[in-house]
Amino acid sequence: MSSESGMQAWLASRVDTWRQLAPQLDALERNRNHTAAEALQAIELYRALGRDLSIARRILPASRVTRALEHSYAKLHAIIYRKPHDWRARLRILFREEIPEVVRELRAPIFWVTLLFILSAGAGWWLVSSYPELITLLASEQMINGVERGRLWTEGMLNVAPSSVISLKILSNNIVVSLLAFCAGIFFGLGTFYIVATNGLMLGALFAFTHQHGMAGELLKFAMAHGVVELSVICLAAAAGVMLGESLIRPTHPTRRESFQHAAGKTSRLLLLCALLLIGCGFIEGYLSPDPEFPMISRVVVGFGYGIVMIGALTGHLFGRKRPAAALA
Amino acid sequence: MSAPQVTLQSITGVDVELRIAGAGSRSYAFIIDWHIRLVLALAWFVVATMLYAGQLMLLNAADPSWSRGYMLAVLMPALAIYFLYHPVLEIAMRGSTPGKRMAGVRIVTRTGDIPDAGALLLRNVFRLVDSLPAMYLVGLITVLCTEQHVRIGDLAAGTLLIVDRNESASSFARITPANSALDPQAADLIHELLERWAGLNQETRGKLARSLIARADASASAEQLATLSNGELRARLSALLNAGPNP
Repeated sequence: MSSESGMQAWLASRVDTWRQLAPQLDALERNRNHTAAEALQAIELYRALGRDLSIARRILPASRVTRALEHSYAKLHAIIYRKPHDWRARLRILFREEIPEVVRELRAPIFWVTLLFILSAGAGWWLVSSYPELITLLASEQMINGVERGRLWTEGMLNVAPSSVISLKILSNNIVVSLLAFCAGIFFGLGTFYIVATNGLMLGALFAFTHQHGMAGELLKFAMAHGVVELSVICLAAAAGVMLGESLIRPTHPTRRESFQHAAGKTSRLLLLCALLLIGCGFIEGYLSPDPEFPMISRVVVGFGYGIVMIGALTGHLFGRKRPAAALA
Repeated sequence: MSAPQVTLQSITGVDVELRIAGAGSRSYAFIIDWHIRLVLALAWFVVATMLYAGQLMLLNAADPSWSRGYMLAVLMPALAIYFLYHPVLEIAMRGSTPGKRMAGVRIVTRTGDIPDAGALLLRNVFRLVDSLPAMYLVGLITVLCTEQHVRIGDLAAGTLLIVDRNESASSFARITPANSALDPQAADLIHELLERWAGLNQETRGKLARSLIARADASASAEQLATLSNGELRARLSALLNAGPNP
């Protein structure tokens, strides 16, 4: 038998099996609850495909058949190595174990970012108190004119747009700011510092400006219910961004890419909780904060109450996390 | 220059080779997806506005017709289609989108697996940086400068964009032609030449056809082949696939 005939005979014996590959792989990929028999069959198929590919690479290099086998083999590899799919268990582990672990690791960055925010707010207050004309750099003309006429820009918000619309707008804006504070960490943390500092500066400046016109109390009343958690979440996202920057400056893995990937994967879990907390903030800011009917005391209760919920979520206790046995002993 | 590859070891001892998609395939997939999401979002906006207001208009909060219904039924879904297209479809289609499928590329992890929802979401979050300052300039520069042609979102999520052209079952069928004596490599090349016949110029296809016939059929002399027209060469190639060898 010539080598061509031998090759043809081998190909002819395998071609029917290969033609069945596409539907078999599609079925394996679609279904996530395989029986043990199906899993064993998939592994057997993987081995057989590996053998065929090995021969095809040798006798038919760079042919379309080899490329088709490569494609099927890579697809089956991805299916076999796919992680088990149990989203309930995954979420439980995420909120009970992983996020509290990330928060513990981020304690130092959280402290420094919060300090930067407070110092920037103080600087903003001092700058506008000392040089009132600087407010034109930080606030819009409409806001300035309103305050000078004795009317806070938050007044009458509910007359302009319904609460649900305000909530959605505020929610999307806060999520973008938090995500940006996180992502900007890629610029060796400097982008995150810039975002935190400008936000702090703006907040301090606005309070100083409203204080000059005797309206700082009104602004505090508006911000009290949602501000506690909203500002904390921005600081948390920024702390995660700082960790990204640190992973590039002081890599924890052999390469900066691996270090960055590890830090991003770990800290991004916290962002999910931040986004959930911001949904609550958006709801409060849209429905409660602009409504003058709510007295200050109820705003304080909501603000600090939501703050306690946030701490419970960050430590995992809100989701049923138990104290480790060693800590109890 | 050949496309960069990632080689993964497997339990069978046969390595999995993944071809990395370059900046061209990536941009092509993005442009297709961008058009799809833009058209879908605009279509929703136009149809929903017509149903809601009876005419095509863009309301703002100061308009008396503005209401919660307009925001929730017209604007929000259109914006959601545009901004959530990538994360939602990449998760639902296991690392692919219609544009990526058309461009023949797919997202995988660095170990060749299907990425989980967390990795795909993280990859999309970093679009905020990759799209800076405009037209994905940061992302494009990163793709061009990195060995594995990845943008910052891929670096963060540990993902790769690989070439995923699905060679159909016909690829398998055509290496086992009716002519059992034909070398499978030659059969594959003849199939490819016949498929691309119309796209090649006359001189090139003639040269390739003569070379393949000479390789597959020892009885055909160079002088004899030189006299054949393009149509005759094509017929001869088809005959080689379908019939037995010349005596």
